[in-house]
Amino acid sequence: MARPRQLKGTLQDLHTTQLLHLINLAKKTGTLRLYEGVPTGREITMGDGETKRPELQPGAERARVAFREGKLIHARLTSQSDHLATVLHKAGKLNDEQHRIILSKAAHASDKALALLLINANYVSQADIIQSVQRYTLEVVYDIATWTKEPFIFEEGEQPPPDKITVPIDLENVIIEMIRRDSRDKMLLEALPNLDFALRFPESPAEKFAKVKVQLSVEEWRVVSFINGKNTIRQIARACNMTEMGIRQIVYGLLSAGLVELVKPAAPEAPKRRPSQITANMPQRPVINKLIDRIRSL
Amino acid sequence: MAMQTVKMVITGPYASGKTEFIRSISEIDVVSTDTKVSEGTYEATVKDQTTVAMDFGRITIDDDLVLYLFGTPGQRRFDFMWEILAEGMLGFVVMVDSTKPETFREAKSILETFRAYAPTPYVVAANKQDMEEAWPAEDLRIALRIDDNVKLLPCVAKDKEKVKVVLLELLYSILEEMDT
Repeated sequence: MARPRQLKGTLQDLHTTQLLHLINLAKKTGTLRLYEGVPTGREITMGDGETKRPELQPGAERARVAFREGKLIHARLTSQSDHLATVLHKAGKLNDEQHRIILSKAAHASDKALALLLINANYVSQADIIQSVQRYTLEVVYDIATWTKEPFIFEEGEQPPPDKITVPIDLENVIIEMIRRDSRDKMLLEALPNLDFALRFPESPAEKFAKVKVQLSVEEWRVVSFINGKNTIRQIARACNMTEMGIRQIVYGLLSAGLVELVKPAAPEAPKRRPSQITANMPQRPVINKLIDRIRSL
Repeated sequence: MAMQTVKMVITGPYASGKTEFIRSISEIDVVSTDTKVSEGTYEATVKDQTTVAMDFGRITIDDDLVLYLFGTPGQRRFDFMWEILAEGMLGFVVMVDSTKPETFREAKSILETFRAYAPTPYVVAANKQDMEEAWPAEDLRIALRIDDNVKLLPCVAKDKEKVKVVLLELLYSILEEMDT
């Protein structure tokens, strides 16, 4: 029997940016639901076997974010209406009076049907609708990015109702913007404890940068201009006259978006130690083959 | 001729299944230095014993060769044992409980620590893949930021066949390392 494709956890263990990174890289299709955390009254032990914290279970749903093939397509907060009229009103495409009338006369119309009506009545254009939905979706996601402890469930394959208007949004820029907005030092220190790593571009960087139409800030471009596989993050920070936390924030954003990769420095003693240590500890090939044969036969 | 012994280390966060892994494949009853988890605590619902110094298993290869499997204690306060256990190891297995995202960060930290002890080959075992809430191995790879060239293997520590695959893959990695 096929296992239900769910990923469960809490934002205490995986930050929203990490989840989006996973969804982006794995090109996942599905819906991420975030819940109020309800204490079970028990404690869970962390991986170090010592630290404990209250166990939370999913309570009322707080938000829902949908993805298709690694792209963000829809998001809503349970506490807010995501009716198209309200989305357009928030974006300034409908005035208060238009909003009120539409809600009173077409409260139950589907978003797609309402969109057609509004376009045909020349209230708004198709571009207005797409921009407004995109803006609303991003606002919801940036709001969720500030949450820190909510339980989540990612349900693979689940999509928004067919009457909802979905706008595909590349996650790379969303992740970078989330990191820009999230300057929590602790997370950055944890994610990038060592500034002595160099940075390099992944394979075919030009294609990657062009494909996702990356919109980098001036400071981010300055950092990118120093990336050559040899300059360490610390050296780049000095060259760009940036603080350690400043460079961490930028590099973490670029890493999370998959636009750069870390090059770990060769430990001074490790490469030299490697052959001798392995030779010293490691038996000859026939011994390893004996181990393989024996384990196969168990 | 003197008996030759080789060892592998099985490490990972608290309650990730290290003892079970060794128990599934060892030809002797695993020599555990376990202590009973205090009753009435949450840990008692997770496991009733925890390793405080090490686990020890053995596989006799032939008259002249024995493989020892050492399991590290999961609790951080016993991490002084890790380096001692890592001394002279052929390679190591990092166990990750695929159902417990709260332990992923610790798993990554342990992996990095053991890599720093000795640059020997290693594999990551995504344990408890038979559980409904298990994260798929490939999602774990992304969540833990494990390089594509590192073997990340689905595992069920109580299933001997799955444990054999993990150990064999580690041995294949050791052979590959010898070739380079």
